[in-house]
Amino acid sequence: MHLGESMRECEYSQISTRSSTPMETPYKKRTPKKRKWETFPGRNKFYCDGRIMMAKQTGVFYLTLVLILVTCGLFFVFDCPFLALQLTPIIPVIGGALFLFVLGTLLRTSFSDPGVLPRATPDEAADLERQIDVANGSTGYRPPPRTKEIVINGQTVKLKYCFTCKIFRPPRTSHCSLCDNCVERFDHHCPWVGNCVGRRNYRFFYMFILSLSFLTIFIFAFVITHIILSSHQNGFLSALKESPASVLEVVVCFFSVWSIVGLSGFHTYLISSNQTTNEDIKGSWSSKRGKDNYNPYSYGNIFTNCCAALCGPLPPSLIDRRGFVESDAPQLAPPTNGITMYGATHSQQSHMAAATPLLQQQSSEPVILTASPENGTTLPSRASLTLGGPCTSLPLGQPTPPTSTPSLSCHEVTDMLPIHGHTLNHSHPLQEQMAHHHYLTPEEVPSPPGMLPCSSPLGHSHTVQASFYNPASQDSLHEDSVRGLVKLSSV
Amino acid sequence: MAETHSLQDLQQPAVSSKVFVQRDYSSGTLCKFQTKFPSDLESRLDKQQFEETIQTLNNLYAEAEKLCGKSYLEGFLACMTAYTIFLCMETHYEKVLKKIARYIKDQNEKIYAPRGLLLTDPIERGLRVVEITIFEDRSIGSGR
Repeated sequence: MHLGESMRECEYSQISTRSSTPMETPYKKRTPKKRKWETFPGRNKFYCDGRIMMAKQTGVFYLTLVLILVTCGLFFVFDCPFLALQLTPIIPVIGGALFLFVLGTLLRTSFSDPGVLPRATPDEAADLERQIDVANGSTGYRPPPRTKEIVINGQTVKLKYCFTCKIFRPPRTSHCSLCDNCVERFDHHCPWVGNCVGRRNYRFFYMFILSLSFLTIFIFAFVITHIILSSHQNGFLSALKESPASVLEVVVCFFSVWSIVGLSGFHTYLISSNQTTNEDIKGSWSSKRGKDNYNPYSYGNIFTNCCAALCGPLPPSLIDRRGFVESDAPQLAPPTNGITMYGATHSQQSHMAAATPLLQQQSSEPVILTASPENGTTLPSRASLTLGGPCTSLPLGQPTPPTSTPSLSCHEVTDMLPIHGHTLNHSHPLQEQMAHHHYLTPEEVPSPPGMLPCSSPLGHSHTVQASFYNPASQDSLHEDSVRGLVKLSSV
Repeated sequence: MAETHSLQDLQQPAVSSKVFVQRDYSSGTLCKFQTKFPSDLESRLDKQQFEETIQTLNNLYAEAEKLCGKSYLEGFLACMTAYTIFLCMETHYEKVLKKIARYIKDQNEKIYAPRGLLLTDPIERGLRVVEITIFEDRSIGSGR
């Protein structure tokens, strides 16, 4: 094993002398630098060169936008002139201010990073796997689901291991199956804003629904006032004929008021008790669970809880969407420790910083190539694992992948599949199927590999290995189509 | 032979292994790292120095996330300006992150690099871990 390592190091140093990345600037000779959002492993859409981040399904968001714009537009055009003349011009001013605030907070909620946790680098994942293996001992194919228990402010909390992101989820973090990301302080995935609501955009979301409640009530009240005043002058029916838009506004506002005001009230309660929607629905801190069950995150009083949620410090985005993905040369060699450090001098942290994004990029890459030299003593059929051998023995529908090594291989298999799917050319129908499937199962879905009939990529492993080395070329569309294919086949 | 080896080392120091210092969630969701000294570093670093580095980092992160009058004022102003104020102003958290980056660079130059170690800024790992890269020690020899 040591000999193998030193041999490999020699190989790596040879490669590195050829390119010696930080010494010169070979980037200009190579393909143009990609930004990290372009190789982001989650199921998100990015706009404006990574500045805007949304969920994949944005249809309902556009509906929200249209509803707000149309209703407010009609209000300003048909009702405001009358009200400004008859009552006071302050009405359209306040209406305008409310409208702008609503729009601003909506866009801020929809376009910002909710608090996505970047996936673990291969080294981190391997380190965790090693620790878990040490803790479990050598078990069979099915170890118990990976959890870690910790005590927070006297309350026992279980941290679950996320098989997709390969991390132990921090407290209050949940994996959104729609966006395929772990989100910090995950509240819920809101289709109306087209994004997850999490730590970084919860306050915007709350401000949005609160201001929208005021706006809805405001428009409702003043449209009714308009109709009443107008009908005093001309009669009810002619008032309606004069301003038919008002009827539409009243209808929209009437139905919206109940839901929006109700939602605002619910979230006000959640904020004052420092809970997330997720926790409330699960009853995590409910006293019904146990006498001593309490919320360890609450600050004790409503005022502090509210201030902390709404006015507390805003953490920065952890995923660095607009940063550049570093050199693609290391793709030719496995992402082991040796290669990740090449070219980085020990005193140049910036070089380290340059090298590390590669690790993040590579985190979705198959880990087999790293694992095999280190774990020479694991399953003897290691080589055959890439061909999906032992995977065929996995029962379908198993919620968690088995031991670490086969799980690694199943991840490899998944990563092979996008290429496989690429050749198959399945697209939209499967995507829709998959999307539909996701709406039906909002709870966390562990990474699909565990449920794969791994026999499919058998013939493709050799040809496929070569295509691993271009993660940037993995079209998310094709990946989705493949996921859809996988889900269909597993159903 | 030794010369060429050290020259190569200057250009491409080989990474021997990496140590990951995980988060400590005992105080909730605050960003805090475990101060437990990893056994892999025993030969390279003093326990006290390591603890001091991690403790300082923890204090800096606590400062970033602190709920004080200043952060409330910033949040309130941001809300009043419909959060447009952040287009021109840096948040308190971002300012502290820059401070942390400078501290880590400083620690690397003074303490860790001379011992063949490299601290990675946790922000580059999504604040999940403090990654310490252990480089191959020239004095020990090439084969491992």
